Amino acid sequence: MGYFSNLKQLQLDILKEIGNIGAGNAASSLSDFLGMSVMMTVPKVNVVSFDEMMEITGGSEHIQAAVFVPFEGEINGSVYILFAPEDADRFVKLLTNDPSQTVLNSNNSLALSAFKELGNILVGSYLRALSDFSNLQLYQHVPNVTIDMAGAILTEGILEISTVSDEVILIETVLNELGDNKQPMSGHFVLLPDPLTYKKIFKALGVSSDDEQS
Amino acid sequence: MMNSRDVVKVGIADLNICHAPQTISTSGLGSCIGLVIYDEVKKIAGLVHVMLPHSSLSRTSEIKVGKYADSGIDTLLNMLEKEGTAKYRLKAKMAGGAQMFQVQNSNPMLRIGKRNVEAVEEILNNYRIPIIAQDVGGNKGRTIEFIPETGELKVRTAHEGVKFI
Repeated sequence: MGYFSNLKQLQLDILKEIGNIGAGNAASSLSDFLGMSVMMTVPKVNVVSFDEMMEITGGSEHIQAAVFVPFEGEINGSVYILFAPEDADRFVKLLTNDPSQTVLNSNNSLALSAFKELGNILVGSYLRALSDFSNLQLYQHVPNVTIDMAGAILTEGILEISTVSDEVILIETVLNELGDNKQPMSGHFVLLPDPLTYKKIFKALGVSSDDEQS
Repeated sequence: MMNSRDVVKVGIADLNICHAPQTISTSGLGSCIGLVIYDEVKKIAGLVHVMLPHSSLSRTSEIKVGKYADSGIDTLLNMLEKEGTAKYRLKAKMAGGAQMFQVQNSNPMLRIGKRNVEAVEEILNNYRIPIIAQDVGGNKGRTIEFIPETGELKVRTAHEGVKFI
């Protein structure tokens, strides 16, 4: 408990900026890719319990379409992009130019791979921004796609942090409004750095805690 | 007083007990295990939502007992004993331990589902508590609810509906 209780506002602001730059970069990639405008909300950074984290997309049992990308290097962790299945389907229909495609049919490998490719592009731009901003090297693993319960999906990203903390820093940015007619949608980016990675990010950006600077 | 329609909800890395006609549930199990230990005569059941196989993985001195299989089961057994259950009558049912993602990664944490199942089996075996039914492994999330009145465990899987074990 209390692993993150000494975080300063400045450090939380830095994490918020990472969420901002990452998702901004991803939104512009998505916009180029689809040839339409994509908006995002101001990122939120909160220290939350594991149960609270599972609620971000509407509950632990809520079915989400997710792409999960672990990353390693000078910093380690994982990034998720989560969409409601119907929003994922809108992208899949656009990408495949086939209105019958849906990620909810688990045998539909075309729809799933189209969604995975979309997730890969989004997470790739997000992580590139994180790496450029912090000047820390990382490489991303092969993306994984799954359509399942939010709780089951998100737990995979907090196993490492759970050995030191019962809370997690949730760096969350929501993509919304797709196209000129502003169709609402919601895509959640969730960045989950491993415990030691926070210190490296803060150090790289010159906002270490006092005891580490001495 | 207890409401007869109560469902006791157990969060991640947490544990609790219930008395019939209450039921007890936990949701969104991926690699985690939802383990129920129950006394069918007293109609009392305990549930723990285990995240990791052993408390030795913890890097802090204070631990949340429900997070780990060993500390979670020990604590649950103590709670059940205080409620007057008989050790020799205790039985177990469990679900979870999936591998949600096929990750090519050096991180053993991402294959934790199988290790969780093995840890729970070993600990229950040491306590001589029989596992009456289980629905483990695979790559799907599960939500479970145990009904002490009947001793049934309801398992709901995304895309695959509900079954009772």
